[in-house]
Amino acid sequence: MKNGKRTSVMDARQLAKALARVADAIIRDLKKMDDVVIIGTQTRGVHLAHRIAKYIGEHTGIEPPVGVLDITLYRDDISSIERQPLIKETDIPFDVTDKKIVLVDDVIYTGRTIRAGIDELMDFGRPCSIKLAALIDRGQRELPIQPDFVGKTIPTKPGDKVRVFVEEIDGHDEVIVARK
Amino acid sequence: MRLKQKDLLGLENLTAKEIQLILDTAKPFKELFTRSVKKVPTLRGKTVVLLFYEPSTRTRNSFELAAKRLSADTLNISVNMSSVVKGESLIDTGKTIEAMKADFVVIRHAMSGAPHLLAKTISGSVINAGDGLHEHPTQGLLDLFTIREKKGRIKDLKVGIIGDIMHSRVARSDIWGLKKMGAEVHLIGPVTLMPCGIEKMGVYIHWCLEDIIDKLDVINILRIQSERQADNLFPSLREYNEIFGVNTMRLANAKKELLIMHPGPMNRGVEISTSVADSPRAVITEQVTNGIAIRMAVFYLLAGSQSPIPSII
Repeated sequence: MKNGKRTSVMDARQLAKALARVADAIIRDLKKMDDVVIIGTQTRGVHLAHRIAKYIGEHTGIEPPVGVLDITLYRDDISSIERQPLIKETDIPFDVTDKKIVLVDDVIYTGRTIRAGIDELMDFGRPCSIKLAALIDRGQRELPIQPDFVGKTIPTKPGDKVRVFVEEIDGHDEVIVARK
Repeated sequence: MRLKQKDLLGLENLTAKEIQLILDTAKPFKELFTRSVKKVPTLRGKTVVLLFYEPSTRTRNSFELAAKRLSADTLNISVNMSSVVKGESLIDTGKTIEAMKADFVVIRHAMSGAPHLLAKTISGSVINAGDGLHEHPTQGLLDLFTIREKKGRIKDLKVGIIGDIMHSRVARSDIWGLKKMGAEVHLIGPVTLMPCGIEKMGVYIHWCLEDIIDKLDVINILRIQSERQADNLFPSLREYNEIFGVNTMRLANAKKELLIMHPGPMNRGVEISTSVADSPRAVITEQVTNGIAIRMAVFYLLAGSQSPIPSII
C-alpha cells in the first residue's frame, strides 16, 4: 500500500452510525429477537458482531448471543494462496438449529468468504435462516451472494484495498480505501 | 507463515518456529472434534497414499482419520499385498505413486532414510510415519503438543524418556523436538538399550529412574518391543519389569503434577504397571486424540507449502 493513495472513507462517528443503521435494519427485518443469533467472521467481523448485538440489546431488551466463525478450513484456495492463513478459533457456543442467523463481515467483496461461511454454518446444524450484514460493500462480486444489511456501499476496483480498523484491535475506528 | 519444505521427514530439520507453528495450528483442529460434524472440506479432491512397509494400526488409522476429516481421499498400500513382495524397488513404487497423482504419501519403512529417498523421487509431500531407528516426527509433535497443553509450556521442563532408547525412533524425535523447544531431556534405561554417543544430543543419562524421578515434570515410557528379545539385550521381560518397569512404588518421590505419557501400544506389566497406566496423571488416551489433530495440522501446512513460493516479496 506504499505507493497507493489512501483515503479515509469513514471515521469513528460515521462507523458507529453505519453500524446503528445495520442494527436498526436487522431489528426491522427480523422483528422478534428471540431466535436471532449474531455470528461474526474472524477477525474484525467478530467485534462488529458484538457491537451490533449490544445495540440490539439496548433497543429491544433482548441481546442476541454472539458466535465466532473462522472460515479458513472452508476456503477454496488453500493450496494456491501465497501466504497460508493461520487458523483462528471458531466458537459457536449455542445450537444453530432453527435459529435466525445474522452473519457479520467487515467487508463484502468477491463473496467467497461468505460462501465458505455458509458452508461451515451448515455443518453446525440446520438454521432457520441466514442473513448477511456487511459494514462495507465494495462490489466486484464473483458469486451470486448479496448482503441483506449494508452500512455503506463503496465502489472499488479489483486492485484497491479496503481496510476496516476497529478499536478493539487497532486502537481506533476507521475505514480506509487504498488505491493503486 | 508457512513451512519451507514440501515434506515432513523429521524434527531434526525443523526450526523451533516451525514446530511452534505446527503446534499452534493443531489446536483449532482439536476444537473441531467437539463438533457434531468433525469434517471440514479443506483438502477436498486431494489424495493421500498410506504406504506402510511395517505393521502399524494406530499410526495408520490416525493418519487415515486425519486425512478423512480434511475431506481428502485415502489409499492404503500395505506391504504384504503390494508388488513389493514381487520385488519392486522403493523408487519404482514412488514412480507408480507419482503416476497416480498422489498429493501426499505417508510412509513407514524399516530402513532409516527411506522417506528421504522417496521425497526426492516424487513431487507430492512425503510424511515420515517412522523410518527404522531414525525418526517418527508426528509422534514427537503430538508428544510436544500434549506436554504444552497440560503444562502450558515446554521450555525449562525436565522430561524423562524411559526404556528402550536404542530401538526407539519416538525417542529420537522427542529429543530433537524437546531440545529445540528448550526442555531438559533425561534418558533412563538399561546399558544395553542406551545407544553409544547419545549424550552428544545434549541429554542426561541415568541407569535408574529413582535417581532422577523427584526432579522430573514429565515421563514418557517407551514400549518394550518384545520382538527385540531375541537379541538378548535383557534377560527376560520379567527382569526388565523388576528393574525398569514404572510402577506406583517407583513414582513414590515424583512430583504431584508429574505427567505420564506412553506412545502405545502398552505392555501392561512390562514397562508400565496398570496402576500407573490408569492413574489420573496419565494422558495416554489423550495422546491418541492429539495425534489426529497434529496430523491434520501437518497435512494442512504441507498443502500450503506445495504452492510455488512467490518470487516477488
